[in-house]
Formats: sequence, structure tokens, C-alpha cells
Amino acid sequence: MEQLLAFAYEHMDMIYIVILSIILGIEVIESVPAVLHTPLMSGANAIHGVVIVGAIIVMGTASPDNIIALILGFLAVILGTLNVVGGFVVTDRMLDMFKKKPAKKD
Amino acid sequence: MMGDYILEIAYLIASVLYILGLKMMSGPKTARSGNLWAAAGMTVAIIATIFLYTDESGNHLHNLPWIGAGIAIGSVIGWIIAKRVEMTAMPQMVSLFNGMGGACAAIIGLIEFPHYLHNGDWLILATIFAGLVIGSVSFAGSMVAFLKLNGNLNKDIRLPFYNIINTLLIVVTLGLTVCLAGGHIHSNPELWVYMLLGLSLAYGILFVLPIGGADMPVVISLLNSFTGMAAAFGGFLYGNMAMLTGGILVGSAGTILTVVMCNAMNRSLTAVIFGAFGTGGATATAASGEQKSYKQTNPSDLAVLLNYSSKVIIVPGYGLAVAQAQHVVHEMEQLLESRGVEVKYAIHPVAGRMPGHMNVLLAESNVEYDKLVEMEDVNPEFATTDVVLVLGANDVVNPAAKEDPSSPIYGMPILNVEDAKHTVVNKRSMSVGYAGIDNDLFYRDKTSMLFGDAKKALTELVAELKSL
Repeated sequence: MEQLLAFAYEHMDMIYIVILSIILGIEVIESVPAVLHTPLMSGANAIHGVVIVGAIIVMGTASPDNIIALILGFLAVILGTLNVVGGFVVTDRMLDMFKKKPAKKD
Repeated sequence: MMGDYILEIAYLIASVLYILGLKMMSGPKTARSGNLWAAAGMTVAIIATIFLYTDESGNHLHNLPWIGAGIAIGSVIGWIIAKRVEMTAMPQMVSLFNGMGGACAAIIGLIEFPHYLHNGDWLILATIFAGLVIGSVSFAGSMVAFLKLNGNLNKDIRLPFYNIINTLLIVVTLGLTVCLAGGHIHSNPELWVYMLLGLSLAYGILFVLPIGGADMPVVISLLNSFTGMAAAFGGFLYGNMAMLTGGILVGSAGTILTVVMCNAMNRSLTAVIFGAFGTGGATATAASGEQKSYKQTNPSDLAVLLNYSSKVIIVPGYGLAVAQAQHVVHEMEQLLESRGVEVKYAIHPVAGRMPGHMNVLLAESNVEYDKLVEMEDVNPEFATTDVVLVLGANDVVNPAAKEDPSSPIYGMPILNVEDAKHTVVNKRSMSVGYAGIDNDLFYRDKTSMLFGDAKKALTELVAELKSL
């Protein structure tokens, strides 16, 4: 029990961030009209592409003679970038279509 | 040291930009710039990591040319795919990119675990394995969802006792994770980590395989939040704030979005994951259904009917999207409006393959935002409507959802098109919809069928209208 409390005490800032981020995520989504669900899902999809940062760190700290780590890391960087770039570009294309309408109205 | 300070501040800026971006994406006017802000945040985080990150002994990252090459390759491929894809293929694109993120998280776990396996504390190992397992499930599941939505994998494959098999897989995977993280496996633990990877991939595949039809958007949204969580575990591992906030934000937002979608279809999340969609009730209908009769109409009759109506509501569905008929629909709508007919579009929350999918498609063909009416607002209007034109939609107008408690879609809110004076349904054939069940609406007295590809049928209809 004390171990658990000590663990919580040591990582208090992390726990704050986790809880606040969860609440923030819920708040942001709840007010969204159904019309925007697909673009929003796509946008959120692009944001979790932040995992690319981890791939960059893995790749950049791999020792140059560890071929397997290098190959896997290289692959991870490519896949992560695909997630980020593809995600944001697709979302932008979707949202671009919503933008045109006011101009069309007379 | 200076670099470390700037790196942390860069991550702070990136996190704030994601949050603002996501918030702005929830309003139609600010959505597009919100996406750009989030993308800017991502760019800040990536560039800062490449140039400012240092390990415990203060070394900067090496292998920079490789990193640069990887980013360049990923950017070019991602950009090309994203720019070329048809708007109808959007759901599977989201699924594909989501799978890439999941794979990325899994690979990070694969590279990191050997460093901690023999000397690590259980917390770090548990974090690594959590990222590995969730990332792999997300990757495998997203790929199956992609293949299904893309039409490469049409059947909902159900192993016998798949619920039991899947539950067993979860239990075994969790158990193995706990044993590995706790250091309880002493002989050849590396091999067991690869077993863990295999189990997670198998679970991802078996988890999505039996889920069919209308539930696919829910699954994608769920897998999306999985990848968010996998990214967050990466953030724990490296103490990286940008990964942590971004990952958790998507994890929680994705979960809520999943629940919102389930509510829109009046399905519980457990029913989506464990319940087979379109099994029991469907066979019952098929067995009892002797040849029922339906009426057929043709474009010229329909043109006359529409021309002398005062109010027409169009119900667009996936069939319309597949036929790429959104532009013809818009042309027909303008033609009818010019003759004094009131035209609206009734948008079911899950029309198409994803919530909001139809809105995106119709927006592509310049249909005005005000003409798209959501289900709650349009349902009372059907009673005063002369003609409802159902274009390639099926399950969302199936009255069985209200009338037949044995139907698998019973309880799902639907558009009450049967209240209108006439209902015209355009379909390619009498085949069942995505949920795999028969639709009684087609056999009703007020309903007539207009067979054919939506684009072809509508083009003929527009020609007939012009000649009137």
C-alpha cells in the first residue's frame, strides 16, 4: 500500500497531466456537431502521429552497429511520418470542402 | 543544458497547439485552421526533437541522415496517397493511417525492450509492453478494417466460438504481459516477447474480423483511440510531454467519439465488440420471406412526380457515394428548386460509412450547408413531404428498427421516410444493405423502386426533368 502511495507521490505531475488531458479530450469532443465527426476523427488520427517523436528518439539513439534496430527504427520513422502527413493532409482536404460554401451563397 | 530547456518549451508549445487545434476543429468555421495549428504543433515537436534531444549522458541524436530520409519518404508517400484518394474512400484512409501509427508504436516497443529486459524495473517494462501490445492490436485491426472497407475482404468471418477465443486471447496476452514485466519468465524471455507480439497481432485481426457492416466506423474510432494510448505509453517511457499530451488527448477524445457514435446507432460498445451484427434476425427474415412483391418506377414517371411536388427530401447513402453521384444530385436539386420545389437532404448520423461522411461528400459537390438537415430535425417533416428519394441508403430507413424486436437493428434510430406520401428508393438491386438484413420498406404500398446505378439513374432523371 505504502509503495503504491509512494509511487503516486513520485509521479504526481504525470498523474495531473494524464487526468487533465483526459478531461480536456472529453470536453473538446462533446460539443462537436455530427457533421464534423469524420474530419475530427481524422484530425485526432493525425495528432496521435506524435508517436513519430518516439521513433526519432529510438532511431537517433540506436548504436550504428545494431543493424536490426536501425532497420526497424527507419521503418518506424517512415510509418510515423505517413500517419502525421497523411492524416493532416486528408483532414485538410475534407475541411477544405466545408470552407467553399459561404462563397457560394448569394 | 540550454538545448534541454528549449526542447521542453517546444513540447509545451506543441501540446498547446494540439489542444487549441482540436478545439478549433470542433466548429465548422474554425475547423480548417485548427487542423493547420495542430500540424504546426507537430512540426515544432518533430524539429525540436531532431535537433535538441539529448540522452542521459548529453549526447545528441545520431543517424540524422537516416531520420531525414525516413521522414522524406514518409512525407512524399503520405502526401501522394492523401491527395489522390477519392472522398468516398475516406474511412479506409483514416484506418490505414491509424494502422501506420500503431505499427510505429509497436516497433518502438520492439527496439526498446532488449535494453530493459534483464535489468529493468517492472514499471518501464510494463510501459514498453503496453505500447507494444496496444500498438500491434491497433495496427492489425486497422489493416483488417482497411481491407474490409476497401472491399478486399467482404465477408464477416466468424470462427466458431469466436467470442470465447477472443476473450481467451485477451486473457493470455494480459497474463503474458504481466509475467514478462514482472520478470517471472527466466528462460529465454526474448522469445516470449515475440510471442506477445504474435498474440497481439492475432487478437487485432480476430477482434475486427467478425465485426460487420454498420459497426465499422465505431471500430475505427476505437482503434484510433488505441493508437492514441499507445503513443501516450511512449510518452511515459521517454518522459516526453508532447507524446504524452497528444496521445492521451486522442485516447480520451477517441473513446468519447466512439461512445457518441454508438449512441447515434443505439448500440452499446459491448454489443459492437461481442455481439454479432446481422446474424440471428437476418436468417429469421430470410426464412420467413416468401417472394414479396414490390413496385417499380422509371425515370420519366419519377420526373413528373417530382416536378409537381411541393416538397422533396433526399436521403443520401453509401450507394450514392460509390456511384460518385453527388454532383448529379446537386444538379437535380437546383433544377427542382428553380421550379419552386422545396428540396432538403436528410442526413442520418451514420449515413455512409462514418458519421459526417455524407456531409463531406455533399459539401464536395457544393450543396449548401443549410440544406443538410440532421435526423432529429427532419423526422417530423416527413409527414408533410410529397416525395422522399432514398439514394443508395438502406439500413438507416429500415422500419424494422422500430417495428420488429427480433431484428438485429431493432432500436437504432432511423429516418421515418415511410411517413411521406411517396417513397422512391434507388438501388442497384433488391439485395440487402450493409447490415445484411432485408428491408420491409421496399415492399410497402407507398414505395416504388428505381433500379440502377445512382449516377446513371439520376442523370436520366435530370434529362427527363429538363424536357418537362
